[in-house]
Amino acid sequence: MSRFDIQLPGLNMKNPIMPASGCFGFGREFSKLYDLSGLGAIAIKATTDEPRFGNPTPRVAETPGGMLNAIGLQNPGLEKVVAEELPFLADYDVPILVNIAGTTTEDYVAVARTVSKAPNVTALELNISCPNVKEGGITFGTDPSVAAELTRAVKEVSEVPVYVKLSPNVADITEIAQAVEAAGADGLAMINTLLGMRIDLKSEKPVIANRTGGLSGPAIKPVAIRMIYEVSQRVSIPIIGMGGITSADDVLEYFLAGASAVAIGTANFVNPFVCPEIITELEERLTEKKIGHISELVGRSWKSCYSPSS
Amino acid sequence: MTKVVHHEQIADKIYELTFEGEMVTDMVEPGQFLHIRVGDQYMPLLRRPISICDVDFDRKQCTILYRAEGEGTLLLSQKRKGDRLDVLGPLGNGFPLDTIAEGETAVLIGGGIGVPPLYYLSKKLVERNVRVVHVLGFASKKDAFYADAFEQLGTTAVTTIDGTLGYQGFVTDYMKQEAPAYDVLYSCGPTPMLKAIEEQLNPDRAYFSLEERMGCGIGACFACVCSVKDDPTGHRYRKICSDGPVFPQGVIQL
Repeated sequence: MSRFDIQLPGLNMKNPIMPASGCFGFGREFSKLYDLSGLGAIAIKATTDEPRFGNPTPRVAETPGGMLNAIGLQNPGLEKVVAEELPFLADYDVPILVNIAGTTTEDYVAVARTVSKAPNVTALELNISCPNVKEGGITFGTDPSVAAELTRAVKEVSEVPVYVKLSPNVADITEIAQAVEAAGADGLAMINTLLGMRIDLKSEKPVIANRTGGLSGPAIKPVAIRMIYEVSQRVSIPIIGMGGITSADDVLEYFLAGASAVAIGTANFVNPFVCPEIITELEERLTEKKIGHISELVGRSWKSCYSPSS
Repeated sequence: MTKVVHHEQIADKIYELTFEGEMVTDMVEPGQFLHIRVGDQYMPLLRRPISICDVDFDRKQCTILYRAEGEGTLLLSQKRKGDRLDVLGPLGNGFPLDTIAEGETAVLIGGGIGVPPLYYLSKKLVERNVRVVHVLGFASKKDAFYADAFEQLGTTAVTTIDGTLGYQGFVTDYMKQEAPAYDVLYSCGPTPMLKAIEEQLNPDRAYFSLEERMGCGIGACFACVCSVKDDPTGHRYRKICSDGPVFPQGVIQL
């Protein structure tokens, strides 16, 4: 028995580490660097019904301890993802979480219906939190009843479990979390990026062509930890935690906050080998800390202290 | 991990850094780039794409030239001889060498910090018995570098916008006025310069090396995409890091 195999709805993981959607493409680039079968799971880039070109460049800007991006859900579209990208990933022994996005409820439903039938797709990640597209995305993720309705519609057609990826750009994330849980979500993924901006002193204009972008990287980790700490006490579905993870210690912190698995995003850009490196490092840390199984840590930061306050 | 063996300033804000490591043996294609982590911390977070300027296979050494201007490159300029340097690469697709025949003439046009990859390209072309002509554009004399090194490989003209060194004007002005004969044109520099070359010189055979802010450098993040020409759907694109950075002329909407 491994110290860190994880069983979540649709995700039978050898370890709790997966690359986060949008930071790993469809896996092809990283497959040249290491064996993708060693990952716990893979969350592939957001897939929409029609192909999308995304936003104009510059699309990224650095910030202290992080980066802003406004890629704009660029992807080849549902048809190509199903015909070309997913079959490529079928060669690897790893569960695939497909991030799905759209402009209307019908878009999400169409993508969910088709993509969830693909043989190697084991779960969906409902992207209701992309801050970089004008329509859809985050507009579904800021109102609990809208988010719940979309979750229900997607659950109805999906043949695999559905995780809802939550936006931190809300006043009370627990409300949305509870609403999508009640609507049938099998799990949560949190958090997506925080809406931000950088202005260039020379041009006196925003650095990113889209003006605003989503902040990711180590800078947002405390926000994600706080939100997972709050949400995990209010829901009973598992949480895939993400935001600024760069080390095995960060993974442990996410588990203590209440996550049951984690996704690594921006760190893949800094060090393309970060996922396998963290997997190795994590096993060593668990041995060092004499932890029998990593799932013992889930929510320990609040479980041992006090009951959730209302 | 590589080790810095030489580091010095060679022009205004321009540094020459040589590092040593096993990975250098892979750097066979001129025009490819390296993705360099400038510090150990997460500020700045991302790597910096920097082109390969020269390679010494016997010593397993690679030389890069960069302009220390932003946060990342200023930090890089603090590296000292003996320091470790985290280098990813070589990445991307460089200049194709087999598209020019022995005895033909190549003109290599560089602008500012776009000049360095042309040095390695020129060496490789000379090895293949291609005649090389260089046109190196800088803003001013204080910004100019490597003119002598290029001169060793072939005829070299320097242009400066303010006329403090060589021909006064842009590289395109020089090309139009002096009109050196060539078979293939290779260029690297700011996109407006590449666009001017394409529009004003209208070369038959040309290759352009592009630059853009990058995230991952390996094609996964979609930060550095560019549009292709004649694209009515608006959905076609190329990634500068993994499809480029070198493209044949006419492919990319400059």
